[in-house]
Amino acid sequence: MYQILKKRRLSENVVLMEIDAPYVAKKAEPGQFIILRVDEEGERIPLTIAEYDREKGSITIIFQEIGATTMQLGLLEEGDCLHDFVGPLGRASELEGLKHVAVVGGGLGCAIAYPQAKKLHEMGAEVDLIAGFRTKDIIILEDEMRAASTNLYICTDDGSNGNKALVTDILKQQIESGKKYDAVIAIGPMIMMKFVCLTTKPYDIKTIVSMNSIMVDGTGMCGGCRLTVGGETKFACVDGPDFDGHLVDFDEAMRRSRIYKPQEQAAIEAHKAHCNLLKMEVK
Amino acid sequence: MPNMSPVKNPIPEQDPNVRNKNFLEVSLGYDEATAVDEAQRCLNCKHRPCVSGCPVNVQIPEFISLIAQGKFLEANAKIKETSSLPAVCGRVCPQESQCESKCVRGIKGEPVAIGRLERFAADYAMAHPTDETVEVPTPNGHKVAVVGAGPAGLTCAGDLVAKGYDVTVFEVLHTAGGVLMYGIPEFRLPKAIVQKEIDTLKAKGVKFVLNFVVGRTETIDDLFADGYEAIFVGSGAGLPNFMDVPGEGFNGVYSANEYLTRVNLMKAYQEDSPTPIYHAKRVAVFGGGNVAMDAARCAKRMGAEDVYIVYRRSEAELPARAEEVHHAKEEGIIFKLLAAPLEVLGDDDFHVKGVRCQNMELGEPDASGRRRPVPIEGSEFVLDVDAVIVAIGTSPNPLIRTTTPGLDTNRKGCIIADEVGATSKEGVFAGGDTVTGAATVILAMGAGKKAAAAMDEYIQNKNK
Repeated sequence: MYQILKKRRLSENVVLMEIDAPYVAKKAEPGQFIILRVDEEGERIPLTIAEYDREKGSITIIFQEIGATTMQLGLLEEGDCLHDFVGPLGRASELEGLKHVAVVGGGLGCAIAYPQAKKLHEMGAEVDLIAGFRTKDIIILEDEMRAASTNLYICTDDGSNGNKALVTDILKQQIESGKKYDAVIAIGPMIMMKFVCLTTKPYDIKTIVSMNSIMVDGTGMCGGCRLTVGGETKFACVDGPDFDGHLVDFDEAMRRSRIYKPQEQAAIEAHKAHCNLLKMEVK
Repeated sequence: MPNMSPVKNPIPEQDPNVRNKNFLEVSLGYDEATAVDEAQRCLNCKHRPCVSGCPVNVQIPEFISLIAQGKFLEANAKIKETSSLPAVCGRVCPQESQCESKCVRGIKGEPVAIGRLERFAADYAMAHPTDETVEVPTPNGHKVAVVGAGPAGLTCAGDLVAKGYDVTVFEVLHTAGGVLMYGIPEFRLPKAIVQKEIDTLKAKGVKFVLNFVVGRTETIDDLFADGYEAIFVGSGAGLPNFMDVPGEGFNGVYSANEYLTRVNLMKAYQEDSPTPIYHAKRVAVFGGGNVAMDAARCAKRMGAEDVYIVYRRSEAELPARAEEVHHAKEEGIIFKLLAAPLEVLGDDDFHVKGVRCQNMELGEPDASGRRRPVPIEGSEFVLDVDAVIVAIGTSPNPLIRTTTPGLDTNRKGCIIADEVGATSKEGVFAGGDTVTGAATVILAMGAGKKAAAAMDEYIQNKNK
């Protein structure tokens, strides 16, 4: 069993949890992910590793309560245990040799962009971290991101933090102003990653994206996470999750990520109904 | 006086039109009287040809003779002397091409129903647990690791623990059992039976570490550093192959691995399972092996009205067991033989809406000795389906191969091992699908058994 050592709510429905998982913590690197099950009957969900502490033997995950399983996970408290927690899965991000990097995070993707920025920063690279959120209230990890970057740019879709812009606007400004990036690392919603790639393409800047596809086992067995990269079928779990963004077929990947939308919606309704029932019983 | 009936006692089964709507076991098994009657068909041949047909050398005439005498628990104990998974083998072994193919009774009539009798003995023992505690072997002080808790790994672990080794099995999934749990459906192999076999190994002292990815969580070399003296790799052939036809990226196209894992391991067949699956109305399964039959029969049970097997050769070349094909047909699976898929068609929402196929005819034999399918010009047709399951085989997982220096693999990515499982890397043994490519449960068990003996010899020699 894998105990929850720490739980922190980062915004209304984004939660950080530090999990006791010494085997995973021993080898984890930025870019890798874990798969967990909340209880014995639970579904397997992949989450990218936000932070690891080798000494303490812990892994930090950050998730949005967006589906039935993440909502159930969000109900757990410090001291509670997860039934299963396996990893580290996937290939670690290849960060060696990068000197000037723009790391672009979108929403919850910032939780995954942050460890990459941190590692690069620690390795002595100059890191411009561009973080986009829908609105001011859901900005997460601001202090952490500031500490992990040379320059931090936070923008919001609605301008509520005083900087109304899209991450692609800021990225383009930086490139136009003469910044020479060895690479751009983009992590966030697929649509954001797609547009970051379209932004960097004309400048021929290597752009790495992190594909968090639907998967079951996370070890290459199911093939559910397959995507087309440069015309070839790749598995996000074993060939990725990082890919050359200029080669990824984002339109297909976005369609594939929607396959279980109706079932997910039904599961959320069922979860909410179940929670309401519990509340009524308490009364 | 032996029972000279030329045919096997039939095994009772659920009615096809009832069972194709539930996940309960298809075959119901012999009762005691039928088992005794069938056992009396065995001639107890002195030269025991059947035993030579068994990859794990089950003492067949001996256990059958015990059944004939009504000593059912003793019969099971006899099987267990050489096989760690009798209830599993009695159900999923292709006996018709192994033990039963060598049976003298098969020359004039049907062979003795060895598989059904093995299953009977194992099920009887499970239903009649004795008070005897499991015999825990005396520890010999040596630590060994087994990678993968499938049929090869479980057999290897069982044989090594019996010799006194301190055995740890590392499994990547949250459940031990490998393909017995995630692949073979409940209606062919109830998971409770597999779990009981695993629990027996645990009682004997085998340790299971689940959620552990050898190659990621730790490498083979890390395991040696942890003090394991020899390591058996039985990580299977888990990577699904796709057809590489246009449209395989559409929603509703599954690998058989994904479909079966969602249904079996994640229990998507139960209404309250949190693991989603697409409930298709009409399904095309590409492939003609046992996995294709399993996928098709699962799809039917999940509520599909029409389920097609699309296979490019003819019935005679179907790689699936005859019994599986027969069961599938009984359950209403439609066989589109001599047909090859050319393209998966999608609707405006990029969901599968059909498969464009082409009829084939058989030409000259190819390298595999089977007659090569040749397309018939102008024979294209469209199957109207809303899901596709690709069951055309699997390849070994690259995780161990790419993280273990000194471990040689072949062009297909299979680990190279000799007949006892020794690999190019000292102390590393391998067997099962990871060496042979996708094959059968019993061959994997045979490989695990041989490797266990070789590992024992290796460690004993090293410590002389």
